[in-house]
Amino acid sequence: MAISTDEVNRIAKLARLSFSEAEKQKLQQELSAILDYVDQLKEVGGKAKEEKPDPDAVNLMRNDVAESPDDPEEFLKQAPGRQGNFIKVKSVME
Amino acid sequence: MNRDSLGVKFLRNFMNFTDLTIKSASELLANKQVSAKELAEMSLKRIKEIDDKLHAFLYVAEAEAMEAAKEADNAIAEGENFSLTGIPYAAKDNILVKGMQATAASKILENYKATYDATVIRKLNEQQTVLMGKTNLDEFAMGSSTENSAYGPSKNPFDLTRVPGGSSGGSAVAVASGEVLFALGTDTGGSVRQPAGFCGIVGFKPTYGRSSRYGLIALGSSLDVPGVLAKTVEDAASVFQLMAGQDSYDSTTLPKPVPDYSKYLKEDLKGLKVGVPKEYFIEGMDKEVEAVVRSAIKKMEELGASVSETSLPHSSYALAAYYIILPVEISANLSRYDGIRYGLSVAGKNLEEVYYNTRTKGFGAEPKRRIMIGTYASSAGYFDAYYKKAKLAQQLIRKDFTDAFEKYDLLVTPTTPAPAFKFGEKSDPLSMYLADVFTVGLNIAGVPGLSMPAGMTKAGLPVGVQLVAGHFAEEKLFGAAHALELALNLKLKPRLTG
Repeated sequence: MAISTDEVNRIAKLARLSFSEAEKQKLQQELSAILDYVDQLKEVGGKAKEEKPDPDAVNLMRNDVAESPDDPEEFLKQAPGRQGNFIKVKSVME
Repeated sequence: MNRDSLGVKFLRNFMNFTDLTIKSASELLANKQVSAKELAEMSLKRIKEIDDKLHAFLYVAEAEAMEAAKEADNAIAEGENFSLTGIPYAAKDNILVKGMQATAASKILENYKATYDATVIRKLNEQQTVLMGKTNLDEFAMGSSTENSAYGPSKNPFDLTRVPGGSSGGSAVAVASGEVLFALGTDTGGSVRQPAGFCGIVGFKPTYGRSSRYGLIALGSSLDVPGVLAKTVEDAASVFQLMAGQDSYDSTTLPKPVPDYSKYLKEDLKGLKVGVPKEYFIEGMDKEVEAVVRSAIKKMEELGASVSETSLPHSSYALAAYYIILPVEISANLSRYDGIRYGLSVAGKNLEEVYYNTRTKGFGAEPKRRIMIGTYASSAGYFDAYYKKAKLAQQLIRKDFTDAFEKYDLLVTPTTPAPAFKFGEKSDPLSMYLADVFTVGLNIAGVPGLSMPAGMTKAGLPVGVQLVAGHFAEEKLFGAAHALELALNLKLKPRLTG
């Protein structure tokens, strides 16, 4: 199925990605080809109805205890912006 | 002349570093015929000699390796010699090693330094295994050729004009060309088995839930597993021995007992029931690949296996289901790269612009494409039509495999439909995706698989055969693959030329 330019714009906005007009055209073709290919999954509907959980799968829990406390400095020094022990970001609202 | 240089001289005169396996190197270490330091030096020498040509490595950890080798020698001197102590290896650059780069071959993580060790790295460190560096991959492990690496592709050591496969292409090249004795990779749809097939080595993917994913940069969390690339089946089994088992840091690893895999290595296949799924011998596949794989299957019969044709009727849905489930998980997993906490950050006039600018500049074409597909397939109005359908198809595919393993011990297939392709040959995304058509089904079903060399094409390119076992039956894979490897007795030597 063909994806429209409007769809490409809508998805790009959701994904927080910007594209040039030429890139959008190329994406439109590539995504349409990929979606055409995966369209064969439509046949599956008749064969399997409900998604069943894997009977072997169990929830595994551990106590929420810090075992080897990491040094916050290790994490903070990777941040692009920083003020004291905080990560600094641009304002969310202007 | 001191003992150290005598040892090196001995090896240089009588043995090539490139001929060593984990097993032979570890015997030399135990007998004090070589030190871990000497092994690390030989590995570095090899890397310096040939890696300009091959580009297997994104980072060579020279200083760290020499330090680790020193500790390994100390451990050996104190009698603490484990099966992997002092063995030089490489890790794919999407596996975290504390203090070391982990780019995932993306510009968005160019300056990132890992803040902790992956579980597999921690276990190798405990045995004083020596990490020589981090290897190239397709960006975020998305691809089948390393052509999607933001740092340039790796080259196939059997023909430098061809791709090594991917995404763990750098790891496959490093092992096949004799730079290291084994390497770690990750396998989400074939990323360990396919490059192993293209480079003439052993590539092993465990059952989902058998080995910890802690510290692997997430691609598709419900499909990713760590894997091993090695020169022999026995070597792969000895590395996996360490990786198998439950980890409290990965709640998807199951508390099942781990057998001693070395006890299962066989020399014949008497009593083994082997199925050959007809859906894996498709029209349009390379005739030479088919012939080589068929002759390996014949060899299994000669070794005593009973072989018959079988069917995995929903195989044709595997790739389609994969290219919905995986992108949906990618779009969620890669949302963390937003320029706020680590990695690339591109300025903008407000927070939203920082997100846009960082992601647009930092991600390459393939991650963007997959983020777009995944966002589309999981967005309102399309989720039922795509994701839900793909999960239902997954259930059918999984059942195909579990049904087959009620009748058979193993399934055998080609690893890929064709040998290594030329750079640039698969320029549209869909034809590249089809390179994984025989490997993705295993990830969709969660079952383990192993690719091993089955022979060569006339042009001198390796052909891989893939063995598949039921969930948590890895020992059957190692057992049969070991017997087949002995019987085939291939000694594939890369030419390192175009």
